[in-house]
Amino acid sequence: MLSKRLVVCLDVRGGKLAKSIKFVDTKDIGDPIAKARQYYEDGVDELVFYDITASRENRDIMIHFVEEVARQIFIPFSVGGGIRSVEDATKLRNAGAEKVNVNTAAVKRKELISEIAHAIGSQSTILSMDIRKVDPTKEMPSGYEIVVNGGVTPTGIDGLWWAKEGEKLGAGELVINSIDADGTRDGYEINLTRMIAESVSIPVIASGGAGKPEHLYDVLTEGHADAALVASVVHYGEYTCRDLKEYLHKRGIKVRLNY
Amino acid sequence: MITIIDYNAGNIRSVQRACAEVGVQAIVTSDPAAVAGADKIIFPGVGAAPSAMAYLEKTGLDNALKNAFKSGIPILGICLGAQIMLENSEEGSQKCLGLVAGKTVRFSLKDKLLKIPHMGWNEVTVVQPHPLLDVIKAGDEFYFVHSYYPQPADKKNVYAVSGYGGDFCCALGNRNLFAMQFHPEKSGQLGLRILERFARWDGNAAIN
Repeated sequence: MLSKRLVVCLDVRGGKLAKSIKFVDTKDIGDPIAKARQYYEDGVDELVFYDITASRENRDIMIHFVEEVARQIFIPFSVGGGIRSVEDATKLRNAGAEKVNVNTAAVKRKELISEIAHAIGSQSTILSMDIRKVDPTKEMPSGYEIVVNGGVTPTGIDGLWWAKEGEKLGAGELVINSIDADGTRDGYEINLTRMIAESVSIPVIASGGAGKPEHLYDVLTEGHADAALVASVVHYGEYTCRDLKEYLHKRGIKVRLNY
Repeated sequence: MITIIDYNAGNIRSVQRACAEVGVQAIVTSDPAAVAGADKIIFPGVGAAPSAMAYLEKTGLDNALKNAFKSGIPILGICLGAQIMLENSEEGSQKCLGLVAGKTVRFSLKDKLLKIPHMGWNEVTVVQPHPLLDVIKAGDEFYFVHSYYPQPADKKNVYAVSGYGGDFCCALGNRNLFAMQFHPEKSGQLGLRILERFARWDGNAAIN
């Protein structure tokens, strides 16, 4: 039986680790490679690096960064932020990333998902979605809207529709990030996560809102997520990856504990 | 020195980096002559069996591998590199290397909640001792990402199993050949220890 995964997300800005609250007010909090290595030794199952500057000039820095991570981390990791083409995705994959995350560029041109899936495989193509709660309308019947450009630009696109569309186009996994819950540490958006997890047949990673071990338990059970993504809850040393996994194990969730 | 076979599938550098981490030098090559003269061979895995086999046949790497197997060179197959050691695969009509009797089959899952590909960390249970697997204890997990798995015809070739809607073979061997469906290069320190074992392995499957 597969274990539920603990995923740690590191926001990277110019090679530094940053953490945002409600997607604004980012501050640098350390060396991401040293942090990543620490989480690796502490039993994280997968890592995500988001390049939050994601400017064109920054591309080469990011490739170099990914190569360095791949020399030190021997578990799967993915990279996201500013991936606009098959070439971007292939370069990151060849530099050592197991998977790549697309977000804004895929909303602007959805064929990008199938192109990347064709080039590097569905299992390596993650569709990341930033989603906020809205009043249900004819255009957005699920009551959730896709937001792009780091969570600041509303699109009028229905969140549930986009998740299904992403799967159809060849995404092998979805990251469901709740803008409303992000940085609040009040818990994941369970309803949103469950609604999407029940509607697709690819793995779902829940993101945004983790503040306590109970929150992970809730989203992995009630929320039907395959993996729980955390950031500040481990970045500031409040909990270790081991703490979180032991908590989940005690409550009967299958997690990887031998490492 | 380990020779890693490059068959144009991309992302095989991760195996080379993992070898470097355990202090083993590894070269990447697609030259059949280099394979013939190797001390040890790793056939890493990404992609589909039919296209990989087509590439091996085109370059003459198929015969180089078969000869390396006959001459007793220790060979390690990973993921697709395990599937391709069998006689054929449900992924296509192309014949595979046939160094182990049996075939590669696709997951056929009754439980709708189980997704394909089988992706993530899963337990590996050793069913027959092998020098490369003596690092594995009960409950140890390894990283998998695949939709097909190897199914040796004879149980004597099955060394470990994992469970996903039923048990499937995740490690197989035949003399100086050993192969695993999971990725030791992506399975943390436990995976690295298997690669370390392979670097020291003389190709004898018996436990000393």
